[in-house]
Amino acid sequence: MNVLNFVNAFFSDSAHWHGYDGIPQRLLEHVQYSALALALAAAIGLPVGLLTGHTGRGGNALAFIATAARALPSFGLLVLIVIVMGFGLLPVMIPLVILAVPPILVTTYEAVRTVDPSPVDAARGMGMHESRILFQVELPVALPLILSGLRSAAIQIVSTATIAAYVSLGGLGRYIVDGLYQRDYEKVVGGATLVAVLALVTLAVFWAVGRLAVSPGVRRR
Amino acid sequence: MNGFFDIPSDLQHSYLGLIGLHLREALLPVLAGLLLALPLAQLCVRFRWLYAPVLGATTIFYAVPSLAFFVVLIDYTGQTELTVMIPLAVYSLVVLVPAIVDGVRSVPQETLAAATAMGFGPVRRYLQVQLPIAVPAIIAGLRVATVSSISLVSVGTLIGNQGALGNLLADAQKYDRPELAVNSVITTAVLAIVCDALLVLLRVVLTPWMPNGTRRRPKPRVRRRLPAPQDVTR
Repeated sequence: MNVLNFVNAFFSDSAHWHGYDGIPQRLLEHVQYSALALALAAAIGLPVGLLTGHTGRGGNALAFIATAARALPSFGLLVLIVIVMGFGLLPVMIPLVILAVPPILVTTYEAVRTVDPSPVDAARGMGMHESRILFQVELPVALPLILSGLRSAAIQIVSTATIAAYVSLGGLGRYIVDGLYQRDYEKVVGGATLVAVLALVTLAVFWAVGRLAVSPGVRRR
Repeated sequence: MNGFFDIPSDLQHSYLGLIGLHLREALLPVLAGLLLALPLAQLCVRFRWLYAPVLGATTIFYAVPSLAFFVVLIDYTGQTELTVMIPLAVYSLVVLVPAIVDGVRSVPQETLAAATAMGFGPVRRYLQVQLPIAVPAIIAGLRVATVSSISLVSVGTLIGNQGALGNLLADAQKYDRPELAVNSVITTAVLAIVCDALLVLLRVVLTPWMPNGTRRRPKPRVRRRLPAPQDVTR
């Protein structure tokens, strides 16, 4: 079980706990990259998904775009963009956003599509505006599924944001990439453990958001 | 003369050779994942309490970045194709187990009862009734697993040029030939889209009783039975 030994050695080394290469600093950077990428992806995926889901048009086009976006290799895209544009935050954000948009888009679309039509018809019959129907009837009911799409996108971003280190940025990927080139497996395992823990924390955050945001009427106990 | 398809000799493969290598490295793990996922999913269907822990364990593995996974495995399997394939098989498992469980669970109770009444044993019932009905859900899982597998093989270039088409990325930087990186990204994307399309075709062939073409049903006009809570918490 030398992996566990690596984990133990990595976290008990006090040198890993402060300075610009310390765990808190790297963790903060990683969270920043991930949050930014998720925000950008949600800003693209949510409105489009809600709109197409509400009107029920463009489902096939959406599926095609999602497939095409999924097919683009994140790592290859990153290297290509860096070769073309040079180093920076933007080259890292582009592949991460492309990675995260399809799950958000497709799940949001499906979530709004599969809302029980009777309350929607009732709302329409009472003279509600389409926009109010979307935000006050369909959105609350579709929220659990929408959150699950955001959640899986967030997990993928947290895991993939490690590639930022490959193009000289920070984040938890630093430990993995540096460890690879220094043949320091303790560092690699430590970095991987931190990323996995961060992903689990992300899951927990989404669970909490779901508890708070989903209306008790939708959440069947 | 630096051509688009001028593969540097250090990769020891032609363009088509790289494609073949890439497909092998990407598809074998998905196949292995499927073979592992089928019995595992069956166990999860049979013993309900098993599903949550299995999902939890696979989610943790899914959260481990592929590069870290590769590097940790170098200790055990060296800088080989196998080192790239093992994590990909694990990732496939994560996608496939829930897909198969949902698919098998979606078989209506009366269908199962009818099969039992016709004298089908549990094994025959599973192979001839439950699996075929679960095919659309399984193929949906396979599509996601295959596409992400094809995309992730490229990362293998970082552990001693084990990334098939991804090795072009390293060479693009080494020899300052950006067109190699363009070639790598485009070829990988096309491979993924072609495999995805083939899987859709496979679903159409395997499920002749399903309406072809559009998978998207029109918005249901009748009240759908709400899914059970455990299906929503996914």
